[in-house]
Parts: sequence; C-alpha cells; structure tokens
Amino acid sequence: MLKERWNDVEGGFHPASAPDFLPEDKLREVQLRRLRAVVKRAYDNVELIRTRMQEKDMAPEDIKQLSDVAHLPFTTKLDLRDTYPFGLFASPMSDIVRLHASSGTTGKPIVVAYTREDLEVWAEVMTRTFASCGLHRGDVVQNAFGYGLFTGGLGAHYGAESLGATVIPVSGGNTERQLMVMKDFSVTAMCATPSYFTHIIERAHDMGMDMRDLPLHTGIFGAEPWSDAMRTHIEEGAGIKAYDIYGLSEIIGPGVASECSEQNGLHVFEDHFYPEIIDPETGEPLPDGEEGELVLTTLSKQAMPIIRYRTRDITRIIPETCPCGRTTRRFRRVGRRSDDMFIIRGVNVFPSQVEAALLQVEGTLPHYQIILTRENGLDQMAVEVEVTPEVFSDKVRALEDVRAALAKAIEHIVGIRVGLRLVEPRTIARSEGKAKRVIDNRSL
Amino acid sequence: MKLQQLSVFLENRPGHLAEPLELLSRQGINLLNLSLADTAEFGILRIIVRDWQKAEQVLKEAGWVVRLTEVVAVDVEDRPGGLAEVLQVAGRADLKIEYMYAFPLRRNDRAALIFRFEQPDRAIAQLKGAGIHLIEAEELFAAVE
Repeated sequence: MLKERWNDVEGGFHPASAPDFLPEDKLREVQLRRLRAVVKRAYDNVELIRTRMQEKDMAPEDIKQLSDVAHLPFTTKLDLRDTYPFGLFASPMSDIVRLHASSGTTGKPIVVAYTREDLEVWAEVMTRTFASCGLHRGDVVQNAFGYGLFTGGLGAHYGAESLGATVIPVSGGNTERQLMVMKDFSVTAMCATPSYFTHIIERAHDMGMDMRDLPLHTGIFGAEPWSDAMRTHIEEGAGIKAYDIYGLSEIIGPGVASECSEQNGLHVFEDHFYPEIIDPETGEPLPDGEEGELVLTTLSKQAMPIIRYRTRDITRIIPETCPCGRTTRRFRRVGRRSDDMFIIRGVNVFPSQVEAALLQVEGTLPHYQIILTRENGLDQMAVEVEVTPEVFSDKVRALEDVRAALAKAIEHIVGIRVGLRLVEPRTIARSEGKAKRVIDNRSL
Repeated sequence: MKLQQLSVFLENRPGHLAEPLELLSRQGINLLNLSLADTAEFGILRIIVRDWQKAEQVLKEAGWVVRLTEVVAVDVEDRPGGLAEVLQVAGRADLKIEYMYAFPLRRNDRAALIFRFEQPDRAIAQLKGAGIHLIEAEELFAAVE
C-alpha cells in the first residue's frame, strides 16, 4: 500500500522511514523504554523537572506504563522563559553542539540546545518528513525557511541533505530571486511558510510567470497554521502538491509530524515524540478522537528533554489507521492555536475564524490584518482586506457589496460588529516567516 | 465605438490618486479621459488611454488591481434634450446603464458620452438600430490627441 517512490522503486521507501511502519506493539514498547529513560534523564539533570516531580511525590521509577505519562508535570513556554537561557539543559555545554533561539514576542527569547546525537535524530525525522511528502534523491529542494536562530532553515536543510536531495539554502526573502532560482535551477520542491509561498505565487503572477509551467511539484509548508482552502489556492496556483509539516523549536524544530501522500492528518514521529491531547482548561488527558490541546514529550532528546510540553495547538488525534501504511498516529491539521486567540468584548476570537469567513466570501484567501483598538473604553475590531483582481469591479455598488458581504460573514462568526476596510494590494506588510495577523493597539 | 476602459482600485486617502497617474505619465502614456467614482473609503479610477495593453501591464506590474471593461462612446447632440434622446432609446430597449460620464470632446454642436452598459454588444445593436451615432475608438483618439 505504500505510495512513496524510493529511488524509482514504486512502493519503496527511504530506509530512515522504517520506524513509521513499526507494528503497534513494537512501537509502544520503544516508546515506553525511551519515556522511562528520558524522564530519568530530566529528573537527574534538570532542577525544575526534579522539583516538580518531587512536589507530586513522583520518582522516575513510577513510570511503569505509557499511560503514566499523564501523572507527569506539564512544561510551558513560560518555564522556558523563566529558566532563560540554559536552565532546562540536561547536558553539559561541552556536549552541546548547537543552540537555536525562538524570537519571543514579548521580552526574552527561548533557547534550545542539541547534542550531536540530537542533531542526528533531527536530521532523521526531517528525512522521514521529506520521504513521507514523496521526495527522494534527485529532487532539488529550495529551502526558503529562514536560516539562523530559527530552527526551520537548518532543520529542513540537514533533513533534505540526508535524504539525498539537492538543497538550495536560499533562506527567506528576496522573492524575485526565489523565483529566479526556482526556474533556473529546475527546483522540484520548496520549503516555505504557507503565507510566504502565497506571496511568491502572487509575485510570479505579477511578473507574468506561470508557476504551473515550472518543474516544481511539491511544497513543504509549516511554521504557522493554514487552512485547507489556502492549500487548494496554493496547489492550483503553483501546480503542486502542498504538504503540511509540524514542529516547534521547544521540541526539536520542524520534524515532529508530517503529512503523507494521503494529505489527511499529520503522522507524529512517535518513536521520538509522544503525543497526548488534553483538555486545555482542566489539563485532563482526552481519548484519541477528541479535540483538545496537543501536548508533546520528547522521547530521545539529550540536551533538552521536554516533558509534556503544552503546545497551545488545538487538534485531535485521528484514531483510524492511515491508508499509507504508517502505523504512527496522526493528528488533524492545526487550524488554530490557543495563543493566537484574542478576546474582544468578552468574545474569544481566533484569526482562523476570520480567515474562514474571508474564504467563504472570496473563494481564495486575500491578505488581511485584524486591528484591535480601544475607543472610549470600548474595544473595536477592524479588518483590513486587500482587494484582489477576483473581487475588484469597476462598479462602486459591486465593491460595496463585497465589502458588506465580508463584514457580514465575519460578524456572523465573531458575533460583534467589525469595521471592514478594503485596502490597496500590498499595503499589508508581508512576512517572510510567520504572518502577523493581529495588531493589538489597545492600551490595556 | 467600443472602448477599453481601465479601472483601478484606490484607497480614498490624500495622495493616492497621484501614484498611478504619475506611473503612467513616466511611461509616456497619455490619459485621454479620467473619471473617479468614490465612497468615503475607496475610489475607483476609470481611465481611457490609447495603448491600454501597455497601461494595464504597467499598472499591474506595479501592483495595482486593474480591471478591463468595455464601454461605448455615444455621439450626442450638444443641445437641451440631446442626452434625453439617447436615454429614451436605452430605456425602451431595457438597456441597463451601470454608469456614464462625459468625454472631453466637442466638435461644433456635438458631445461624446461614455456609457458603461451591462451588455455592451446588445446596447450597440439597439442604439445603432435607433439611428444613434456611436463614435469609433480611432475617431475619438484622433480628436483629442
């Protein structure tokens, strides 16, 4: 049933992908052995984790079966900030060969560390990521994830190299150069954030270039939530298959989970990362199939073992086995993050809800931005939407209708009045990394 | 008689009209006519130029949202009731007029009006049938250039 082609063998798969197909009992056995080891490592070497476990009267030996993971304390982003820079490291600096940092939106960034062995695991899970998206030796991969402190660039880089693909480390930005490289180097696959890739399609279109004529056949997208409609837009606009991958610096970077040929849920590389879904309010574990917050435990990390990390990503595990043949569990694409959420007049709003409304009216996703202000003590929400050639009309009434339909669709979902402004194309700042959807100008 | 009109989306803010016009002027594109429809928040700039293909390309490359629309140039007698005659024909034939504006062209006692009909081809047939003179694009361009 394997749909991947490996070295032109139909049904073959990359040797690194073998753990994706382990029999379930074998996989659980590996997970339990690694869980016990990682908990012990964290307990012995990381003060915060030891203290928290002691508060719960727990010792590493109390992990007897996989479900015991639910007794372990959570780790949050705040813990990473509070222990900045090196407080969660379980290895001496002499064993640490790489540091990355994620830009904190407020104050200090968080720092993550890798031993040589961690880097090998990272390259392995990214190799498995690319293999599960159908890439193999001979593919030319243009990596537009940012190189530097961000984990995306180097993470994808080493994975694609170890797969045997040709890697072009172009990093983010300079869209015209991206297009030139894509065309001149006969690029077959591209890594980027979905919002940046949408921008590339737009730019190509303006330059009179049809991306569908290029050899590019696969896009590997991650680092931010994106919708199915955005996928259709990308697949049709560029003539490619667009795959969703998932990861976060706190856990390893990209390479935690990836879609397969089915494009229906992301397989977790479960032999390295143990997934749970919890109720975000109570912290109680939820059974497979129920929606909640994704919590991840690293099973093999040396430098920085992370126990039960609260990702803030809302999803659910798909209990059915995948037709691709992988035995690793899948979770549904992350459509919203609980920390992207903002509260206006007591209503919880996710940018993805606004996105859904825009899509419903326009058919494709326009560039937009949500602006929150406070006037005379009352919160106001405005949405700026760039006019696209598809909705533009020479008739004032037709444009007014579009504006009104957009406002109404958003109001219907959000439940409060929103100001909707149509703005000229390219007036909303483009991001080369994660798109910034909400500008909160409320002085609280 | 059929003209290609370019419409450009603008935000209704100071300075926003100048940008596309300056862009065209830098490319040596001469505006034969310009009209602006606006609301409090946005405007639609409608222009007629001879080389509309080039103008469209220049605007699009600079990132403007541009729409191409077929409009009809109608020859109207420059006297009271001149326009009313055209409108009567349009009314009787049930031709839907989206909007219209004057074209800066006066030849003795005649004026030119630009009509945006919902169905330009049907409008042309009906107006011609009623004996109303429609102006050819070339005639219009030659008269103002």
